[in-house]
This record gives sequence, structure tokens and C-alpha cells, in this order.
Amino acid sequence: MIAELGHYALTLALGVALVQAILPMLGAARGDMQWMGVAVPTALVQFALLMFAFLALMHAYVTSDFSVLNVVANSHSLKPMLYKISGVWGNHEGSLLLWVAVMALFGALVAIFGRNLPPGLKARTLSIQATITVGFLLFMILTSNPFERVFPAPLEGQDLNPLLQDPGLAFHPPMLYIGYVGLSIVFSFACAALIEGKVDAAWARWVRPWTLLAWSFLTGGIALGSWWAYYELGWGGFWFWDPVENASFMPWLVATAMLHSAIVVEKRDTLKSWTILLAIIGFSLSLIGTFLVRSGVLTSVHAFASDPERGVFILMLLAVSIGGSFALYAWRAPSLSGGGLFRPISREGALVLNNLLLTTAAATVLLGTLYPLFLELLTNDKISVGPPFFNATFVPIMIPLFVALGVGPFLPWKRGDLTPVLRLLITAFVFAVVVTVLAGIVIWGQQAYALLGIAVSAWLVGSVVTEIYRRIRPTRSIGFGQAFGRLLNLPRAAWGMSAAHFGIAIVVAGATGASLLTTEKIEAIRIGQTVEVAQFDFTLTGVTQVPGPNYTATRGEFTVTPRDSGTDQSFTLKAENRQFLSNGQVTTEAAIRSASWYDLYAVLGEPVGQGRYTVRLYFKPLVPWMWAGAIFMVIGGLLSLSDRRLRVGAPKRSAAVINSTPDAPSPSAHPAE
Amino acid sequence: MSDAKRRSPAARRKKVRLTLVLCGTLFLAAATALTLSALQENVTFFFGPSEVAEGKVPEGATFRIGGLVEVGSCHIREDGVTREFRITDGSNAVLVTYAGLLPSLFRDGQGVVALGQLDTGHSTFVAKEVLAKHDETYMPTEVVEAMKRAGTWKGDESVAEIQASGTADPCKAKA
Repeated sequence: MIAELGHYALTLALGVALVQAILPMLGAARGDMQWMGVAVPTALVQFALLMFAFLALMHAYVTSDFSVLNVVANSHSLKPMLYKISGVWGNHEGSLLLWVAVMALFGALVAIFGRNLPPGLKARTLSIQATITVGFLLFMILTSNPFERVFPAPLEGQDLNPLLQDPGLAFHPPMLYIGYVGLSIVFSFACAALIEGKVDAAWARWVRPWTLLAWSFLTGGIALGSWWAYYELGWGGFWFWDPVENASFMPWLVATAMLHSAIVVEKRDTLKSWTILLAIIGFSLSLIGTFLVRSGVLTSVHAFASDPERGVFILMLLAVSIGGSFALYAWRAPSLSGGGLFRPISREGALVLNNLLLTTAAATVLLGTLYPLFLELLTNDKISVGPPFFNATFVPIMIPLFVALGVGPFLPWKRGDLTPVLRLLITAFVFAVVVTVLAGIVIWGQQAYALLGIAVSAWLVGSVVTEIYRRIRPTRSIGFGQAFGRLLNLPRAAWGMSAAHFGIAIVVAGATGASLLTTEKIEAIRIGQTVEVAQFDFTLTGVTQVPGPNYTATRGEFTVTPRDSGTDQSFTLKAENRQFLSNGQVTTEAAIRSASWYDLYAVLGEPVGQGRYTVRLYFKPLVPWMWAGAIFMVIGGLLSLSDRRLRVGAPKRSAAVINSTPDAPSPSAHPAE
Repeated sequence: MSDAKRRSPAARRKKVRLTLVLCGTLFLAAATALTLSALQENVTFFFGPSEVAEGKVPEGATFRIGGLVEVGSCHIREDGVTREFRITDGSNAVLVTYAGLLPSLFRDGQGVVALGQLDTGHSTFVAKEVLAKHDETYMPTEVVEAMKRAGTWKGDESVAEIQASGTADPCKAKA
């Protein structure tokens, strides 16, 4: 019954979305306040309906209702509850339901928090958001309905792919979708602005919180996926340039560019066409990603099973939305009025460089991702474009970006001089050189290329610290005590920027360590034997059988001793191979020990005769910094988001507030906070 | 400098735009050159076992090979680390060696894709990576392609055969 109600809610949502798509847009064109006013209630109702549908599907999973086809295909009664719930979005139909629910969520958020938005802009934005939702809802109802029943109902489900039964992966899709789909509202804002013919500082200020929100979650979602791959797939790889990974990375690159570009629009009223274009491209890349994952053109643990019907539908959806938005841009962008001028050496110039490099990077990733598909279409050659290609193209584009990132925040708006800025950065430069030399001594004999990553990372850290220092102590006349006081009063957006830039710095260090400085040992050893890995001794102490909720595990225990400190510093690592009862599939659970600047990683293999087991052991320096850096970036984004100056409702300040401190809440700030 | 002040805002805006466009084009050109050269050197081709047997693989190339694991062919060598197995597309088979742990999805009769090179004798494929990228139906498209090229792909019948063999044990040590 509940599944039927969910199904009904889904169809009703389609109807509501249609109304939301048509009436407000017409109302905005005609200046009809009543029709425009339809946008808010329909957005809220649509969200309520889709949330209900989503919860209905979740109910079917939680109760293991095997009369629902989707539950049969993806669940099992013995699965732990967390994975019954995460199984809702671990499949094609369920994840689509999550997609439309998040789209409706963002529509509802704009409806609630956008009270100070001009009615025309709000109506058009919600209308476009609903149009996209209509497309997806049609797709769902016609080809991918999660509520289909099966009769007779089987006694047991086919279980969720054991690889997906994992805490990291349980949360990866929702986070990713809030990011991915969050770009849709930015897209809608951009298209609405194009239709209105007006992009100004106020628009940028309204759009920035949504971009920040989407970006933060996208960063977190990608990092979670990467972290999952690291600990689950068994050899500590964290990024494979898999087409589906690229599908989430390209929108991230473009969203980062867009975020920074919007700053220029807000502060200097220029770079408008570019920002709008980035907003459109960002979500278009999200849509392309959806196509890649669901159409069957790719094989990947991410890809859902192929079905030509679905592929064709999504392709049509893509053509309409991407084609339509680009056509709109081509038609309306020329009418956007130009704004402030600036010289090449200026903060605008630096942000333009940032844009160029990020979009170029996104374009090369796109090329590398689509090239095999196109080539196969044309010549029937099956090729793969993998890490060698991306390392050869992506890294050379990013290095100048990171170097420039160190300099950009110091440049003034409109017109700057490079020499004094570089003089400020001498300390950071010296720091980078010193760190690189020290690192060179430590890693002597290993990949020299790693020094480049370390140098860049140290440079960025030095730059971020210098920037904060300059902000709180711009002249020597301010004492250290006073400067420290200023530190505590820095606006959150400043902290956000520093945190995010610091985050990327240590992600670079972490990625360098993970890719280039790992020590790997693969050996076949007996119980009691020891393997030396970097400065650690791994001893296999036992292999036992351990039962789990829906699997049986073979567990290998390792005692690890740091070679120079003796047995009192030893600790135990337990690696498992789990065989799932439902379908016999085996997953590898590596044993990972994280210290502050390295990871130890152990994997147990099969018995190979003569009482031996194959083991794979790793010493991975700097890897924990990748995850720490990602957390800093997410925190940075959320900090910036929480800065009152960027709230959707706070463009005006009344006279009474002008005399009070910068952080006092404005009376006109919108009520929900 | 004072020249710029005498130009009208519109003219200055045009100059800025022109500069931006030129910069953008330069970047695009550089990126395109970089990308095309990277593509030429770093693209990995795919060959089925029959094509390898027929000698179609360029000398010394790193490539991917895909097919089914020949039933009963998987062994672990004396050193306990190197695995060997034969990969087949129904009409030809190639011996593959791999130093390391095989993915847990690896089974006799299942589809597998490996990345590596032929050894100097052209008889053994030395794998750097053994890929276990499966979608919900556990059938990599490359394996289907290899069998189609060999003429042994039977559509749904082949899929059923492959899925039926899914419960076999992984590699065993050589006696």
C-alpha cells in the first residue's frame, strides 16, 4: 500500500512540477504577480510529495518488502539496517528518486529562504528548476519506476553488491547528489538571469550561497568516494580517472571556477557572461555525467546496467537542456552590460587566470573521458584513456594554477603591482624551498617528481599563512597582541578562503605521497614470518575464520613493530576477506592504521600452498593529509556560507546598523536564521 | 598610461575583452597541443586473445586484453606471489602472468580485462593490472567485444554460461 502511495506521490509531483514550470514563467513574462506567486507553494508541495515518495521507498527497503521489484533486485533480509537504508539509493531507480528529491529540496530552499529575491527572478528560477525536474520525473515514470511490483513476491532479495555495503559508500551518493544536483539551482538562477536580461552584483550575491553549498557537498562527496576506493579496493589507489569519477570531477572544477568568478561579478560587476556560462556548463556536465553512468556506454562498478531505452531518453534530456541553455546564452549574453575594467595584473586578472586554467582542465578531462566513446563509435577500436593521459595533461595545467593561487589573494582589485606582492611572499617562497630540500633528503632515491608536489604544497601553505598574517598585521605599528585580537574578529569568509586554500595545499601533498612515495611489498609468507616495509616490521601472527551478519570472514592478524623503537610500540592490524552468504561474492577489507602523517596498509590474500599466504603490505606517507585537506576544504566552504554578508536576504543595511561593529546582525537579515 | 585615460570606456572595454579572448585562445591552443600529444602517447589499445595470437599487437606496446578466464587454467606459482592463468575468447587463449593479489571478483569462466605487455617471446602477457570492473551483470563490455571479434559471442546464451560459472574458486597453488 505504501509503495502505491509513493508511486502516486511521484506522479502527482510530475503534475505539480508541470504547473511550477509553466505558470511562473508566463507570469514573469506578463508581470502577473499571482501567477508568479504560484512558484513558492508549488515548490514546497513538490518537495513534500517527492520526500514522501522517497520515504515510501525507504520504508519498502527497511521492511524488506519483496513485492517491490526494486527491493528484490537490491536488498536482502540479512543486510544490516544501515545498508538496507543506503540500498535505497544504491541502484538506478532509487538514486534517480534521490536526484529528483534533491532537486525539489533546492527548489523548496529557494522558496523558503529567497524571500528577498525579486519576484521575477525567483519565479523564473523555480520555473526552470521545475522544468528540469519534469524531464527527470518523466524519465522515471516511463522507464525507471522504483515502485514497480513483482508478483509472486520472492522470499528473498538478490542483495546489494557487497562492495557497496560500507559506511563510506552509504553516504557518498547523498553528499554527492546535494553537490551535483545543487548545481542545478545555480543553473536555474543563471538561465533566469539570462531571460531577464540582467546580471548584476545583487544576482551574484544571491547565487553565491547556493554555489558554496553545492560546492562544499560536492567536495565532500568526491572525497568520500575517493576515500572509499582507497580503503575498499585493496591497493590504496584513490583516483583512477574512471569516467564516472571524471563525471563528478568536471562539475567540481567548473563549480570552483564559477564560485571565484561570482566574486568578481559581485565586487566589480564584470566577468558576467563568463560566470553565467560557467553556471550553465557546470550543471550541463552534471547531466552529461548522469548520461555516462546510466546509459550503459561504460562498464564500471559505478555504472548501472545498460538499457538502450534509458540511454536514448537521457540523451534527449541532455539535448534539450544543454542545447536550450546554450542557445539561450548565445541569444541573451550579448545584451549583458559590461562592467568594471581592470588591468591584467590585478585580482580580477588572477581570477580570470584561475577561470581559464580550471575550465581548461575540465575541458581536457572531458576530452579524455569522451574520446574513447567517440573513437569507438567511429572506428570500432576499443581504446582506454587512463592515468597516463590525465597525468600528462591535468598536472601541467594545475601546477601554474597552484603557483598563481599563492599570489592571487594578495593582488588588489582593478590594478596591482606584482613586485611588492612578490616581496611579501618571499617568506613563503623560502619556506617552500627549505621544505623541498628537506623532503629531498628524506626521500632520496625515490621519485623526484614528488618534490614538485611537495614544493607546490609548501608554497601554498606559506602563502595562506602569509595572507592571514598580512590581514591581521598589515603594518608593523600593530603589536602582536593586537594582531591576535584582530585574528579572532576576521570575517568568516576570510577564514573560509584560508581554510579552503590550506585544504587544497595539503590535499596536493597527500596526493603526491599516495601516488609517488608509497612503499609496496607483495610476498607469500607463513604464519610467524616477518616482512620489512619501510621502517616497519609486519609479522603475520594468525589466520582465523570469523562470522559476520551476512558474511563469513577469513581474518589475518599482523603484529606491526616500528623497527627503531622495539616491541613495546607494536600494534595489531586485522585484515579480512569476507564471503557474502547471499551470492558468494568476496570483498577485501584492508587493515589500515592511520598516524598523523602516514598510513600502514595490509591486505591478506589466499593460501598459496605450503602453509603460506600472499600478503600485500604498504607504507603510505602523507595519505591521511588528503582526507584532512578535503575536510578543510569542506569546512572552508561552509564557513564562507555562514558569513552573514553572503546570505540571500541581506543586501541592504539600515542606517542604525552602520555605526555598530561589522559582525552585528542586520535587522533586515531574513528571519529564518 | 595617460593614453589609456583618454580612450573611452567602451574602447577600453573592447581592449580588455580582446586581451581576454587572445589569452583564452592561447590557453586553448596550448592545452590542445598538450592534450593531442598526450593522447597519441598515452592511449591504450585493446586486443582480444585471437588478435594477440594472430600477431596484430604492435611491438612493445602496452595494451589491454580481455576475455574469459579459461576454466582450470589459474595457478599460483612457487614463489607464492605470481599468478598465471589463460585468457580465452572461445577460439584462442593467451597465457597471462600477474604478480600480486587478483581481484576478489576473479573466477574461472568469468570475464576479465588485464593491462600490460607481451613478453619478449610474445608468448606470455605480463599484466601490470588485472581489472575487475563489473556492472550489475558482471560482464565487462571489453570481454563481449573480444568474443565478438573472435566470432564466439552467442548473446544471452554466453551471458548465461558465464553467470553459471560464477561460484568457482579462485586460483589454486600449483601442486
